[in-house]
Amino acid sequence: MLKIDGLFKQFGGFVAINDVSFELIEGEKHAIIGPNGAGKTTFFNLVTGHLLPDRGTVAFQGDDITGRPPHRIVKLGLARSFQRINIYPRMSVFENVQVALIARERREFRFFTLAAGLCGPETRALLELVSLADEAEELAGELAYGKQKQLELAIALAENPRVLLLDEPTAGMSPSETEEAIRLIREIADARGLTLLFTEHDMTVVFGIADRITVLHHGEVIASGAPEAVRSDPMVRQVYLGEEEVGNGAA
Amino acid sequence: MTGPMTRPVLAACAVVLVLLALVPVLESNYLIDLFNEIMIYALFALSLNVIIGYSGNVSFGHAAYFAIGGYTMAILLTTYQWPLLPAFAASVAFSFVASGVVAYFCTRLTDIYFAMLTLAFSMLVWGVAFKWRSMTGGDDGFVGVDVPAFIAERVPFYYFSLVVIAIAVAVLWVICHSAFGRALLAVRENPVRAGFVGINTRLMRWWAFVVAGTFAGIAGSLFAMVHRGMYTESAFWPESATVLIMTLLGGMYSFFGPAIGAASLFLLERLTNEYTEYWPLVLGTILLVILMFLPEGLAGLAKAVRRQILRVR
Repeated sequence: MLKIDGLFKQFGGFVAINDVSFELIEGEKHAIIGPNGAGKTTFFNLVTGHLLPDRGTVAFQGDDITGRPPHRIVKLGLARSFQRINIYPRMSVFENVQVALIARERREFRFFTLAAGLCGPETRALLELVSLADEAEELAGELAYGKQKQLELAIALAENPRVLLLDEPTAGMSPSETEEAIRLIREIADARGLTLLFTEHDMTVVFGIADRITVLHHGEVIASGAPEAVRSDPMVRQVYLGEEEVGNGAA
Repeated sequence: MTGPMTRPVLAACAVVLVLLALVPVLESNYLIDLFNEIMIYALFALSLNVIIGYSGNVSFGHAAYFAIGGYTMAILLTTYQWPLLPAFAASVAFSFVASGVVAYFCTRLTDIYFAMLTLAFSMLVWGVAFKWRSMTGGDDGFVGVDVPAFIAERVPFYYFSLVVIAIAVAVLWVICHSAFGRALLAVRENPVRAGFVGINTRLMRWWAFVVAGTFAGIAGSLFAMVHRGMYTESAFWPESATVLIMTLLGGMYSFFGPAIGAASLFLLERLTNEYTEYWPLVLGTILLVILMFLPEGLAGLAKAVRRQILRVR
């Protein structure tokens, strides 16, 4: 569904993504893991058109989309959420989701169609889905952190994507919020038949959702496969899971 | 700002409209001229706010489109003796085209670079008005605009102006509250996210600029007729600054804020000039107070006061 070939990106002398090739199969829930600075977010930014790769190609359903701007890639059915909160803070929760629907229906250049009544039922349904229906009229910037994450998910879903890229969907959440978020994401992905690609720090989240895992380290893929295979991969244990355990022990 | 037109707002608009319609009853030429000027600048400030409040960019050169509308109107009515309607249509169309060309370049940039480029283009327009003496009258100004006979008198022109501005403001209101207006807010709030929901942010900002320029052109056309002339000052950068101050004073996060700002600034200036000749000092102080204490202008202040009252109850 999504095929990435020989992707390479450097910032100054620092190689962030080194010759990464990767394929996302329709219907799978694929996690990209790796220590901080492994290049996960850069990888996402390259795939979604936020950054231009120095070399390599990104193909979506056979179309070469390398170098296309984000607003055109989204229209093909590839939506994303962000690691840091990325919403419209001075607009209401309702409007945050509604704008995504207006854009999806290509109505953003309707100058004489009043926005007030547009896409109401669908906006409310999406807010219901992420349990934000009661906060619809609140300013998005005034929501609690966990709820802003949910809102971000609703915005991404409003684009009605076939592939959803989630950049650390539970970053900064409490354990209970995390659990709730995992349940929600899994449920939505199954119900909508979404192909999911996500980066994550939290191993419970990764093993709770993913049916395939790719491990990035220093911008290179060092392992890819089923969760169990990746978990027992000696190299992965050494560079990643090992560190994680040490980190947990210290904490 | 983003909600539907609420009943109190609608009622306030109706009251203002009626009061404006009643101004000629006072039979004061001074007041008729003053309120005509206020209405024109209110439209001018409202148009600027499409760029500032709605698209989130600051323009330092909005006077250019006001001047383009005004000069086009003056030249077509007088030099070429066009009838009113075609002349008006052409001046609006020309403002549209001119702002479209400038917007093409300006929307490549953001922030201070955008602002500086708008300033540069407005100086270019000023330069043309200043140097093209045979067409514009240069620094003597374009004096003696032929206004059609049926609106040549003060009171009929006032009503003509009122009707045109009321319609223009209504259309602008619809545009700002349309699907386009809402998507534009998203671009202002977070251009990166807006891009990732499929909005072409540059094209949105282009349209915002063009809408603003076109409505500024309408205001300028009326200005040329009410003053029976057009002068290079209208294209010069202090004019752009004045309309920017009106917008900030009234409040950029409210649709009607800039109109309130225009009225307040005019009335304050007249009042101050009654007592002292230090208007610039007063203006500077006002600006200071807005920037320090009222980032959302008078409209924001009104909102905050209303919230306080509701809380006390």
